[in-house]
Amino acid sequence: MKMGLYPGCSLEGSAREYAESLRAIAPLLNLDLREVEGWNCCGASSAHIIDHAVSLALPARILAQAVKQEMDEVLVPCAACFNRLASAKHELAADPGVREEVSAMIGMNLDDNTEIRNILEVLDKVLTPDIIKSIPNTFPHKVACYYGCLLVRPPDVVRSDKPEDPVVMDGLMKKIGATTIDWGMKTECCGASLSIPRTDIVGILCGRILEDAFIRGAEAIVVACPMCHSNLDMRRSEVERTTGKKFSLPVIYITQAIGLAFGLSPDVLGIQRHFVRMGLEARNKVPQKPLAKEAGS
Amino acid sequence: MALHVLESESLAALVNRSTGISAQKCYQCGKCSAGCPAAVGMDIAPNVVMRLLQVGTESADQKLLCSYSIWLCLACHTCDMRCPMEIDLPGIIDVLRSESLRRGAVNPRARDIVAFHKSFIDNVRLFGRMWEIGLIGEYKVRTRHFLQDILLAPSMLVKRKLSLWPGLHGRLVSRIFSRGPGRLEKTR
Repeated sequence: MKMGLYPGCSLEGSAREYAESLRAIAPLLNLDLREVEGWNCCGASSAHIIDHAVSLALPARILAQAVKQEMDEVLVPCAACFNRLASAKHELAADPGVREEVSAMIGMNLDDNTEIRNILEVLDKVLTPDIIKSIPNTFPHKVACYYGCLLVRPPDVVRSDKPEDPVVMDGLMKKIGATTIDWGMKTECCGASLSIPRTDIVGILCGRILEDAFIRGAEAIVVACPMCHSNLDMRRSEVERTTGKKFSLPVIYITQAIGLAFGLSPDVLGIQRHFVRMGLEARNKVPQKPLAKEAGS
Repeated sequence: MALHVLESESLAALVNRSTGISAQKCYQCGKCSAGCPAAVGMDIAPNVVMRLLQVGTESADQKLLCSYSIWLCLACHTCDMRCPMEIDLPGIIDVLRSESLRRGAVNPRARDIVAFHKSFIDNVRLFGRMWEIGLIGEYKVRTRHFLQDILLAPSMLVKRKLSLWPGLHGRLVSRIFSRGPGRLEKTR
């Protein structure tokens, strides 16, 4: 399947392992990703606070670039970027006046022809039964699927049908052999951009998430958002300071878990870049004969 | 039943003009405050933000613009998702924040949060894409928190989670930033 890709800034920096693991598994999933050329930052958590018009124009320019490059669908792996692009698209579609003004700001036409897809939607589509059958390993671990806010809210903007209890990621993890826990924090906020100016609040919020996952027996938290990942992975000392407890629970991207099931090495998937070490491995599927035969022929 | 008459320049009127939302829709059920993850640090609970908007007096408006709460909102949208009246509270708070900035009424405790967002936007304006080292550097200069996260940065560099140099994509977005500051309002 051919698809546009808007990586977003964090996938070139603090979340580069998310990009590495996505690019590693894409060919195995028959996903042909073509990067949107000349992309810019979406404005993420700050533009809407400082200047509403800029918060629409930045994503609008990305959308216009994708249309110019004749992309019908664009995968936006970063949940924050996905949310900003979807919000802008929603607002531009709802109001012709705003659309005209933003179009003038970016100096480009705004057509409504490109669909914005998040990573869960895309993985759900490409992890077909045939591909699942061909995956050599399983990921037999008990995991907590953490969606955070940006993938599920506001529901009418991001098209989430179960915003309080989403299940798409749980379904994907089960497909690769994981067990998912029922827990109460799957859509609670991690503290997002308060990570730098109010690290203490992020410590409290991430502490609650880690504690609930730990108490319910999760071996790892699976995420699909660079901001959730960095808050849950890198802010452990703040979590310790605010909760007085230490958690060794690793946090991994969903693309990394799938990559492990495909038998890719942890290094290729960037797992060594996490702050909290992960000791979870994939395991060979038991009847592996047909695959061995294919490889030999 | 006669509710408060909105003055043309009241905050509620401004919110209404910018977002199309009438503050009078709120009936104070308190669900927004109950679910708000940032309420732990707030000076005014989210439902009280709505109540002050409804009151609409000059002092109520002033209290809102000077509140710390409006800067703590994470825009996680838990409140409006659960709101029986579907009031987009994060959308309202965005209007309050930019008005607070415009009038120079920002709560002194929010200095660091505002510094972070301004650093972020400056970074995008300059480089077109986020350069994290530049963002953190500017934030530190603005806030003088030079020692914060000092132990985190070297590990991030070793793990190659930070780019040493910015990409130069500023020209992509220069047009967007070339216009003066101003709020884009819905045409209704």
